Formats: sequence, structure tokens, C-alpha cells
Amino acid sequence: MALKTEPIVVNMGPQHPSTHGVFRMRVTFDGEIIKDLEPVMGYLHRGVEKLAESRTYTQFIPLTDRLDYLASMTNNLAYVLAVEKLGNIEVPPRAQYLRVIMAEMMRISSHLMAVGFMINDMGAFYTPLLYMYREREKLLDLFEMVCGQRLTYNYMRIGGLSHDVPPEFLPALKKFVTEMPGFIDEYDQLLKENEILLARTKGVGILSKELAINSSASGPVLRGSGVKWDIRKADPYLVYDKLNFEIPTGTVGDIYDRYWVRMVEMRQSVRILEQAIEQLPAGEVRTALPHLVRPPCGEAYGHIEAPKGELGFYIISDTGVAPYRCHIRAPSLINLTALKDMVVGRMLADAIITLGSIDIVLGEVDR
Amino acid sequence: MDWLHWIIYVVIILVFVLTLVMSFILIERRVVGRFQLRLGPNRVGPQGILQPVADAVKILLKEDIIPSKVDRVVHLLAPIVTFAPAVLVFAVIPFQQAGPGLGFALDAPAAMANLDVGVLFVFAISSISVVGLVMAGWASNNKYALLGAMRTIAQMVSYEIPMVISVLGIVLIAGSLSLADIVDKQNIPFILLQPLGFFIYFLGATAEMNRSPFDLLEADSEIVAGVNIEYSGMKFAMFFLGEYAYALAVSTITSVIFLGGARFPWGLLPQSFIWLLVKILLVFFVMLWIRSTLPRVRIDQLMGFAWKFLLPLSLINLFLVAAEGMLPSGFTWPIVALNVTLAVALVVIWANRFYRVGGAKVA
Repeated sequence: MALKTEPIVVNMGPQHPSTHGVFRMRVTFDGEIIKDLEPVMGYLHRGVEKLAESRTYTQFIPLTDRLDYLASMTNNLAYVLAVEKLGNIEVPPRAQYLRVIMAEMMRISSHLMAVGFMINDMGAFYTPLLYMYREREKLLDLFEMVCGQRLTYNYMRIGGLSHDVPPEFLPALKKFVTEMPGFIDEYDQLLKENEILLARTKGVGILSKELAINSSASGPVLRGSGVKWDIRKADPYLVYDKLNFEIPTGTVGDIYDRYWVRMVEMRQSVRILEQAIEQLPAGEVRTALPHLVRPPCGEAYGHIEAPKGELGFYIISDTGVAPYRCHIRAPSLINLTALKDMVVGRMLADAIITLGSIDIVLGEVDR
Repeated sequence: MDWLHWIIYVVIILVFVLTLVMSFILIERRVVGRFQLRLGPNRVGPQGILQPVADAVKILLKEDIIPSKVDRVVHLLAPIVTFAPAVLVFAVIPFQQAGPGLGFALDAPAAMANLDVGVLFVFAISSISVVGLVMAGWASNNKYALLGAMRTIAQMVSYEIPMVISVLGIVLIAGSLSLADIVDKQNIPFILLQPLGFFIYFLGATAEMNRSPFDLLEADSEIVAGVNIEYSGMKFAMFFLGEYAYALAVSTITSVIFLGGARFPWGLLPQSFIWLLVKILLVFFVMLWIRSTLPRVRIDQLMGFAWKFLLPLSLINLFLVAAEGMLPSGFTWPIVALNVTLAVALVVIWANRFYRVGGAKVA
């Protein structure tokens, strides 16, 4: 007797512990095997791009904090870089170095969360995550020292920074930079050769090189697939051309490669921080600008290598006090587009960690 | 005075199970907290010892929700079917052996029923709890619960086989199915004579009670707590208590079968139920250690591990025990050395082989 079977459709999300917010996946299962997956986004849409049109250029900076709220500083940076490009505004060298320092601190912090939550999705019950929180806490203390905030910093300004760092910041950062490699070694000890972690991540959620390029993925997801593309090298901004660092690339494009790329990038970020502290010049941190910035008529695209990938702001000015149009290229959203191809034919548990390995933040996906 | 015996033991077992389950909940939260660089609950009472009481009061005051589309009878019966077997197991546990002990002497093993088929009883009863979980998964009328129930059947049925075969080795050595007899025979703890058996039993038992890294049944990050997703209030508490009662049962059985129960190792001190308690806590600590260190395995890896890794090893182990049983007596220590070496060698060799044939790799 042939039993009649039919696929089961499960709505994972928008309330689900592993969709990292209000992301929804409409998954068709055959037993535990995924037959189809349809991502549904938009539950956190706040119309940030439209809000930009009714605020002055400076007033929009705090709103960028709310995009990728795990890496607010880099959102600030990408936006002010775009406006500075539009208005041909010079930034003092000290501010440029401090911006690099902030961006790399943010990258370490964001990667810690990405790796920690990915392993949490794998079912490790918070232990690796809480070890990573220990270091993230130190970074948040540093950010608090700089600007008084721990999550949404609002520290960058058009033409520089809101103010210089306090005198106790640099010694504290130096201490962190000397300690951090030891902590990364500790994570490697806990995770790198863990048999279960290898079995769960090797060869799972493969994103081929071609598909990665065709879906215009960026950041660790693209580099995990073996494409050596990093905007810090490909189109250097700030003072990245004066700093030595390497771009790690994976070979297979599986979850393990993405994990590995993030771990190596943290080490490289520490290296950048060391050099930036050494080269940090004295001087002003902000160019004097009129209270209301009015860039000349035109358009500009400023992009940076955010922790999650290429974060770009495309701004059109009609010489008014607010952007005529502001578009945000959010890496989380674009990296997410290849999700279906990565998980169809695999199991439920694989889909969860594949999503975790892409490292999305819903504030950025839905804007 | 038969009825008095029953009543006394019912009280003893209920007090034993409930107090230890309560303390297990607290110990788990505190110990896992230490593993995770945090303190754990320490606000309610000194060192947080009243936390389980506070939790119990909270959960009793919760509204008892029965979703409208559930199968009411099965839905309400499932928590009881899950919880009861975990307590029933303790009916055959010898808390202390007959003879002189620390403080007082007994003329019979301190067990509610010293069954001649104690081991069989333990495994027969404990496998009933899977029925309760399947009932819960089916009756909840929820897709996550159903997925969880499907995983449960596959997992529990698979892991029972290597687990039972590994205990057969102990039964061969002891020559009895009675738990009191098994403890009596442990002039050295059977974990030394049967390291491989212990390894297989412990892993199998970890999977049986759905603890990490085999906690697929209630994988929070995948199927959102699985079978108990639709349960609230006291019904959920029954599942929760059942899980810990089962963890307690497994710790106790492991202590009795492999660690010598109430006996102090090598009889250096008189036997006492206190040693049993210490051993139970030790075994539970190892479970917590595993839980807070390892990520979860995937369902196909889990099944592969049971059928391709644990089952062959448990059969080899049974063969070795039978072969060693034919040796004349008096070779205890050489056999211990041989078995420990063999256990390590077999696990390493089989793990490599398991990896090569693709057991742990992608399907």
C-alpha cells in the first residue's frame, strides 16, 4: 500500500528565536528536508530613506544608527562619507584616523556577535556567545568613553567627528588591542576544531563563487566564497591605503568558511587598530562648516566595507538643506537574496545556521 | 507490615525525587551560569536557593490555556504520561545495600521493590515517556510540535538499542538483573571494568533524555521548544519536571550500575546513601558540562551516530565481556587495564572510520 504523503508548509517567523528579529521564512518541508523557501521581509519597515528627505543632512545621522544597530558607527561613517563626497568636504587627518579606529572596533564587535549568534543557532546554548559578549562589553565601554552611548552612537559628523576622544581613551584602547589576540585564540580553542561544529558547518549552506558574484553578495559572505573583494582595498577610503592588512578568503563558500573569514578579519582589525594608534596625528577633528550643510546640486555614492558587507549611501542633492533622495544599499538585504539557493534540499537545522552565517540585522534589511 | 513498607517508600521516593529535582533545576542554572561567565540566579534566598520555589509558585499561578484545536484528552494526558515513568523508575533503585552502613545497618536493600528483573524494569518503564512526548506532539495540532514528536520517536527508539546492549555487559559480569545484586558485585566500580559500556550508556542516556548535544526534540533555535510549544502553566511544568526527573533517574541508574551505588569505592568507608547522592551529583555535573560546551548535532548525524557508531561498538563490547567472562577469576586488574586500553583504542579507531565512511559528514 502506498501511503499518501504531502509536504508541510511551516511559517518560520516573524516570531521565531532564530530569525534574528522579525524575518519570516515560508518553508515547505518534506519531512525534515527543505523543498522550498520563500523569504518574507518588511515587518520592520520604517521608511528611513523617505525620512531622510525631510531632515537636514546632519539630522539624518542619528537615524543611520538604527539601520544596522550592531554596527552603528559604520553606518554613520558611510553616510557622512557620501555627503562629504557630494559636497567636496575635506576631513582633518586626525578625524580620518579616529574614524578608522571606530570602524575597526565596530567590525570586531559586530563579528563577535555574528559568530556568537551563529553558534547559538547551532544549539550551543549561549556559552560561546557569552564569552564573546565579554569582549564586546569592553568595546562598548570604549565607545561609551568616546560618545556616551553604547548602542546608537551618533558620533560622526559631516566634516569630521562630533568631538575628540577623551585622553583616557587611547591607553584603554591600547590595552584592549594587546589583549584581544589572546581572546581570539581562546575562541579558536573552544570552537575551531570542535567535531560537532565541523560536522554541522563543513559543506553546508554552500554559496558558489559565481552565485555569490551574481547575487552581488559582499562582505564575509562573498569572501567566504573565495572572492577577494574588500572595499578597503578595492576603493580605499579614509586612510586605509596607509595601513597594512590582509583580506582572508575562503575556498568552498560553506558556513565554516564564513565563520573562518570572520575570525581572521577580527585579527586583521586588531592589526589595523595597532597601526592606526601608532600613526594617529594630533590636530583638529572637525572642519568648520556652516550650520546647515547645503551640498551643490548633484549626486554621490559613498560606500564602505561595513562588517556585513558593502554599505552604500546614494545621495542626490538639489542644493536644499535635505537630500532630494537618499538610497541605502544594505548588505544584509542583498546577502539574504541567495538564501534559498543555499538551503533548498538541505535540512531544517541547516537552514537555521545558514541564515545565522549570513549575519543579518533586520533593522538594515527592512530599513 | 507490607503496607507500611509501601507507604514509607512512596514518601521517601517522592521526597527524594521532588527535592532533588528542585535542586537540580537550581544547580543546573547556577553551574551553567559559572560555565558561561555569569552568576546565575542568586537573588531569591541565600545563594538563590529559593529560586525553584519562586518558579513553582509563578508557574502555578499561570493561566492554564487549552488551545481550541487540540485533542483535549490526549493533550491533558500527555504531561502525566511523560512525568510518571521518570518517578516510577525509582521504585527499584537500591538507596542503600543490606548490611552495616554508615550510622545504621539494614537487613535488606533499601529499595521499594528489590525486583529480580530491576534492570529490565528500568528500561521498560523509562521508554514509556516517549509515548507521552508523541502524544503531546500529535495532540497539540502544531507543526513545530509535530516535527519535534517525529524527531523524538526516531531518536529515542534508536538510542535505546545501544544503551540496553551496553548494559547487557554489566548484567553478564554481575550475573543478575537485580540492581541490588549489581551493586553488591561491584568490588571495584564497573566503570573501570566496563569503560566502553559506560561511554555508550552515558551517550545513549544523554540522547534518551534529550539533553544537549542531542536536544533535538526541543531545539529552541530550530523548532521553538518542539512538543511543549502549546503547553502552559502546570502542564508545562509537568514536562519540565519530567525532564529533570528523568535526568535524575539517569544519574541515579548510572551511579548504581557503573559507579557502585551506595558503596564507597573499594569499601574504604562503610556504605551509605550519602555516597549515592554524591555520585548522582557528579554524574549530573558531567551532563551540565557537556550541555554548556557542545553545539547540537543534526538529525541525520544523530541517527548515523546511533546506528553506525554506538551500536557496533556496543556489540563489540558485549562480545569482549562474554570472552573475558570465560577467563578464570582473579585477573581483575589486568582486565581493567585491558578494557580501558581497548575502549580508548576502539573509540579512536571507530571514530576515524565513522568519519571516513561519512557518518558525521553531510548526507
